[in-house]
Amino acid sequence: MTSPSGQQPKRKWHVCVRPKTAALDGHARDVLADTRQIDLENIQGVQSSRLYLISGTLDESHVRVMAEDLLTDPVVETFDLGEGLANRTESGAAIEVHTLPGVMDPIALSTLDAARRLLEEKGLTGATIDELHTARRYEIVGAKGADELERIASGVLANDCIETWYLTGPDRNDPIPDAFPKPPVHQFELRRVALRQLEDEQLARLSREGHLFLSVPEMKTIRDHFRDKDRDPTDLELETLAQTWSEHCVHKTLKSEIVYRGDDFGRPGTTEAHFGNLLKDTIAHVTQTLNRDWCLSVFVDNAGIISFDDDFGVAFKVETHNHPSAIEPYGGAATGIGGCIRDIMGCGLGAKPIASTDVFCLAPPDFDPKRLPKDVLHPRRVLKGVVSGVRDYGNRMGIPTVNGALFFDDRYLANPLVFCGCIGMIPRDRIDKEPRPGDAIIVAGGRTGRDGIHGATFSSAELTDTHADEFSHAVQIGHAIAEKKLLDALLLARDHHSGCLYSAVTDCGAGGLSSAVGEMGAEIGAVVDLENAPLKYSGLRYDEIWVSEAQERMVFAVPQENVETMLALFQAEEVEANVIGTFADDGVLRVRYQGKTVGQLDMKFLHDGLPKQTRQATWSAKPDSRKGASDGWPRSFGPGGLDAAEQTGDQRPSDLGDANGRLLAALRKPNTASKEWVIRQYDHEVQGRSVVKPLAGPKFGPSDAAVLRPRYDSPKGIAVACGLCPELSDIDPYWMAVAAVDEALRNVICVGANPDHTAILDNFCWPKVDTEESLGALVRTCRGATDAAIAFGLPFISGKDSLNNEFSMSTEEARRTGMPEQIAIPYTLLISAMGLVDDVQRCVTMDLKQPGNCLALASAPTVPAASQLLRQRKDPAQEMQRASLDDARALHHRVAELIRSGKVTAAHDISDGGLAVTISEMSIASNLGAAVTIDAKTYTHSIFEPIATSYVLEMTQDDARDANLPIIGTVKPEPQLRIDGVDSSSIDLPVSDLAAAWRSPLAKGGGRSS
Amino acid sequence: MSNVNVLVLRAAGINCDEEVMHCWRIAGANPTLVHVNALAADPAMLDDAAIVTIPGGFSYGDDIAAGQILAQRLMHEVGDPLCDLVNRGGGILGICNGFQVLVKMGLLPGGDAGRDKVTVTYNDSAKFEARWVKLKVCTDRCAFLAPDTTLEMPVEHAEGKVVTAGDTVVRQLESEGLIAVRYIDDDGRTDTYPANPNGSDAGIAGLCDTTGRVFGLMPHPDRAFDHTHHPQWTARRLNSRHSPDAPPDGLTVFQNAVRYWQTLACR
Repeated sequence: MTSPSGQQPKRKWHVCVRPKTAALDGHARDVLADTRQIDLENIQGVQSSRLYLISGTLDESHVRVMAEDLLTDPVVETFDLGEGLANRTESGAAIEVHTLPGVMDPIALSTLDAARRLLEEKGLTGATIDELHTARRYEIVGAKGADELERIASGVLANDCIETWYLTGPDRNDPIPDAFPKPPVHQFELRRVALRQLEDEQLARLSREGHLFLSVPEMKTIRDHFRDKDRDPTDLELETLAQTWSEHCVHKTLKSEIVYRGDDFGRPGTTEAHFGNLLKDTIAHVTQTLNRDWCLSVFVDNAGIISFDDDFGVAFKVETHNHPSAIEPYGGAATGIGGCIRDIMGCGLGAKPIASTDVFCLAPPDFDPKRLPKDVLHPRRVLKGVVSGVRDYGNRMGIPTVNGALFFDDRYLANPLVFCGCIGMIPRDRIDKEPRPGDAIIVAGGRTGRDGIHGATFSSAELTDTHADEFSHAVQIGHAIAEKKLLDALLLARDHHSGCLYSAVTDCGAGGLSSAVGEMGAEIGAVVDLENAPLKYSGLRYDEIWVSEAQERMVFAVPQENVETMLALFQAEEVEANVIGTFADDGVLRVRYQGKTVGQLDMKFLHDGLPKQTRQATWSAKPDSRKGASDGWPRSFGPGGLDAAEQTGDQRPSDLGDANGRLLAALRKPNTASKEWVIRQYDHEVQGRSVVKPLAGPKFGPSDAAVLRPRYDSPKGIAVACGLCPELSDIDPYWMAVAAVDEALRNVICVGANPDHTAILDNFCWPKVDTEESLGALVRTCRGATDAAIAFGLPFISGKDSLNNEFSMSTEEARRTGMPEQIAIPYTLLISAMGLVDDVQRCVTMDLKQPGNCLALASAPTVPAASQLLRQRKDPAQEMQRASLDDARALHHRVAELIRSGKVTAAHDISDGGLAVTISEMSIASNLGAAVTIDAKTYTHSIFEPIATSYVLEMTQDDARDANLPIIGTVKPEPQLRIDGVDSSSIDLPVSDLAAAWRSPLAKGGGRSS
Repeated sequence: MSNVNVLVLRAAGINCDEEVMHCWRIAGANPTLVHVNALAADPAMLDDAAIVTIPGGFSYGDDIAAGQILAQRLMHEVGDPLCDLVNRGGGILGICNGFQVLVKMGLLPGGDAGRDKVTVTYNDSAKFEARWVKLKVCTDRCAFLAPDTTLEMPVEHAEGKVVTAGDTVVRQLESEGLIAVRYIDDDGRTDTYPANPNGSDAGIAGLCDTTGRVFGLMPHPDRAFDHTHHPQWTARRLNSRHSPDAPPDGLTVFQNAVRYWQTLACR
C-alpha cells in the first residue's frame, strides 16, 4: 500500500497482552477480591490485559516484532494484535480503562522510547511510530448488567478524575474511540480581571468562583493595591497573589494575632492570653528558648536541619496531602511523598533522602458502605490507595519507608489525613543558599502539564459532595523515576568537583513556578519567560504554565558561568533542564509570555502585603464535651481503643466481660491491631541503613521507632518516631498535645535515642477555623505542645498545618446516611521526633528476650488519663493526679540512661490499649510468655488505658533492683501471658490467642474475607 | 588495594548502587560506579573489569515488565562486550532488578534455555513484599557462593516469581547445577509461603549460568552486610550461639567473589 505521494501511509494498531493462565493473573485475583468488597457477590471471574495503542508508518510485521520482542514475556504471556485502535476480538463483558487526555502516562513514554530503539536495532528504518498510548482491559464473567460493570469500573478499577472507561456487555456497548484524544488548544489572549470596581459581595463571589479562597479583607487589599497602580490585575497576577497568600503557603491562621479567653493551660481556673503571632509565641518560642547549638537551620528552609556529626547535618520534613488524597488516594499519597522528598532535595543546597515516614488518619475500614455519602470513597479503598501510593513512589525512589502510624475515627471519613515525612543527610557546608541577581533560573525535571492546577488554594477549600468534579484539575500524577533521575543529577551538581554548580534551589510544590520563583526571588526580583518552560503537550495557557503543580520539577538559581556545565550534566543524566529566566535586582517579579508582559508584581507587596488579622479564641470544658455520639456515630475507638462508655467509667468493668475478653477486644481495636499488612508493602531496608526495623522480634511486634545508620563508616544512628493522640482532643486539646509530644519522645527513647539531641516537628490538621472555639482548640494545642517541648528539652525544627478539613453534604444525604450535614475531623496534631543514637550497637527492640528476666515499670504520668479528665468534668472538685512536666522529664532521661548503659534488653511504652496491650505486644513479638502481678499501689490506672510517660522495661533481676524500679513481672519460656490483680478476674491466655486477635483486623487492609 | 576491579552500573531508577559499592569495598574489591550511558559511550571500560554488577531498583520504572527496558538497552548497546567479558573469565552479578535484567537479557540461566524458558514475573500475592528469607545454596559451580551453606537476607520486590516453561526445564536446570539458591523453610521445604515469598517454581531464588560466573538472585545480599541488619540482632547478641566474628551472610557473597577472582589473577 503506497499513498499517491510515494510515502507509506499512517496506520493505527492495537496490541493486547495478557497472562497465559489464570494462575499467573494475580492482578485479576486482586480485582475479583475487590468486587466482593463493594458487595458484588456474583462476579465469577476476571481476566486482565494490557493494551498498547500505536500509530505511525507501521505494517503488521513491524507491530508483531514489537509485540514479540518487547511487549510480551513469552513464558507467561500471550498477545493478539489488530489494526485500528478500537477493534477487539473478545466479545464478552469487559471494561477498558484509558487515561484522560493530557494526563501523564509514564509507561507509554518509556515504551515509546524502547519501541523506537527496537525498530532501529532490527534495521526497520522505514517504520516510524508517531504516538503510543496504553490502556487496561478487564474481561468480566458473571456481571448481571451494565450497571454492575459501571460499579466495578468506578468502584474498583478507575478513578474518573484521571481516567475514563468503556463498557462492553449484553446491554451496553460504549464505542471505543479510534483516534487519540487531543488536549484542548488555547490561543494566547491576555486576560485582565476588572477588580477595581468590585465591592465586598462581588469580591467574595470572585474569590470563591475563581477558586482564589481569599477573604474579603484580603481581596480588598489587592483591589486597593491595583487602584493605586491605576490598572486592573491580569488573571496571572491575581492567581499568583492567591497562591502566595494561601493558607497552604503562609499559614496565616497560625500566624495571626489572637486574644484567648477560657480555661487555663493544664491548670484549674481560667485565663486570658494574648499572642502577637501564635506560631512565633508558642512553637517557634520553644526553639528560641532552648537555643540548642545543634539546631542548624529551623523554620527558614524547606525542612529543619540538626547536626549529625562534624561533617553532616540531618534534615527532616513532614507534609500533609489531605485533599488530593480524598479525591484520588493513590495519586494523592504518591505525590504527597514525592513532594516531601523534593522538600528534602530542595533543603539547603540539597539533602540526600535516606528515609520516609507515613501516617494515615482514616475512617475504619469496616465502615458500612450503605452509609457512604455521595462522591466519598470508602475508607478501605482510601487505605488501599494511600498505602499503594506511598509504596510505589517510595520504593521506586529507593528511599526506605521506616516509620508510621494508622489512626481510625469515623470523622475522617470524607477527610482522610495523609502525612508524609522525609529525612535526608546534608553536608554542613551545603546548608546556606542565596540566589544572586543575574543568576539564571533553571527549571529541571518533569515537564509542565495541566495536572495539579490550584492545589495550594484547593487546600483551603472545604470538601463537598461535588468536590470531585470541581477540583479534578488539582489531582497530581506522580512519576517516581523522573524524580529519582532528578535526585541523581541534583546530587552530582551539588557535589561537582568545581564546587556546587548553583547558588540556590527549591522544589516546585504547591503553586508551581509561581511559588518557587516567587519565594526564591523574594528579596531581589525575577524575570521569567514562560514559553521556555517545556510542556507535556501544546495548548497550555500562560497562567496554567505559571501555577501548574506538575510533579518532579525543581528550580535552580545558577550563576551564568555554570549554566553550560549544569545543562550538560543534567542531559547526561537524562533529565530535562531549561533556562526560563533570570533573577533581577529591582525587587520586581516580571512574567512574560511570547515577549508580552503577563504579570508584574512588586515582591514586597506579594510577600508582605497580606493584611494581618486579629482574632478571638476561647475554650471551656463542658461536662460532656465529646462530640454528640448518636446512632453509634462517630466511633472514635479512643482512648486506647476503648468504647465511650468504658472511657467515662459509666459502665463497671464487670459489664464489659472478663479480663481475658477485654484484652482480646483491646488487641482487636483497629488503632491497636498489627499494621504488618501495610509495613510489608514498603521497602524499609533499601540503602542498607536499617538498624531497628518497623517490625521487631521473630514474630514481628510493633517497633516503637525505627533506627537508621546514615553513614556506613560511623556508629551513630538516627531514631525516628511519631506521637499522635487525637482521641484526647475532644476532651482537651491541651492534653492531646502534651500526650503527643510525650509519646513521640518515649518512642525514640525506647530504641536508644539521646533525649538531649532529639528534635520534633509539628503538623496541625484542623477543621475550619471559623469559630472562637476551633481557634481556641488550636491555641490550647500550641500551648500544650510548647509546655511539653520546653520541659522535655525538644526544639521544634519544622512544621506545617492543614486547615479546612471539613466536609458538607446536602440535607437529604445527611438524612440518608444518618450523619450530620457538616463533618469536621477531630483536632489532630502529629508530632514527629528524630533523635540521635550515639552508638547503634546499644539499640534496643521491644520483643522480650530472655526467660527469667524481669519486667520493670518506669512511670511518671504527666498527662491525666482520659477517664480521670472525664470524671473531673462531672465533678470539678476531683483532683487530678499527675506528675509534673519536670518529673516526667527526669523519668524520660532516666530510662534513656538505663538503655544507653546496656541494662535494658527490651523497652516498650504504654500507649494504645494500656499496660495489658504493651506487655501482650512484647510477648507476641517474641512468642515468649510473661507472668505479671499488678499491685494497686504501684499501678493506680486501668491496665487498659494509655498512660503518658510510662515504660515497661525488660531487665535482669539485679539490674532492675539496682535501678530501684518497681518489678511487675517475669519473662517466661512458655508462651502464656498471666496478669493477676486486675479487678476480680485475671488474664490468662496463650500468646497465640493474643497474636491471632492482634493480627486479624487489618490482615488484608481491613477487608472482609472473601 | 585489591586487583579485583568491579564495574557497578547505574541507570534511571537503579537505587541500590550505594550499598552495592560499599559491599564490594569492604569485601576487598575495587569498585567503580558508572552510568549505563557512559558505558555505552565507552564499552572499553569493560576491558579492565573482572566483574560487572547490576544493582537493584526499578530501572526505567520497570515499565512493560521488570528489567525489560534496561535489558533491551544493555543488549543493544553493550551486549557483545558483556559476553566477551564472561568468555574471558569475568563475571556478572545481578541483584533483584539486576537479576530480572539478566534473565530478560537471556544471560541467565544462559545456554540454550533462552528467553522463552525462564522468566521472572509478578509475585503470587500480586504486590510488593518485604521480608527476610532463608536460602539454601544448591550448586557447587557458582563463584559467588559457598556450596552447601544457608544464607539469610531480605527480599524486597513485587516481581520476583521465577517461572519456568515446565518441569523438564526445572530438571534440566537442576541437573546442570544452574539453580544457585532456593528459598527454604525451617523444615527444608521450598514451596511454603512466606518462606518462599513469591511462589517461585521449585523455590528458585537465584540462578547462575554454566560457567558459574554469571549469577543473579532476587534477595538482597547488599542489605545483609552488617550484623545490625539482621532482624534478630538485638536478641542474637545475647546468645552465644551467634559469633559476632562470623561475616554477615550477605557480605560472604561479595567476599567469595573477591577470593575467586583474586585466586584467578594469581594463577
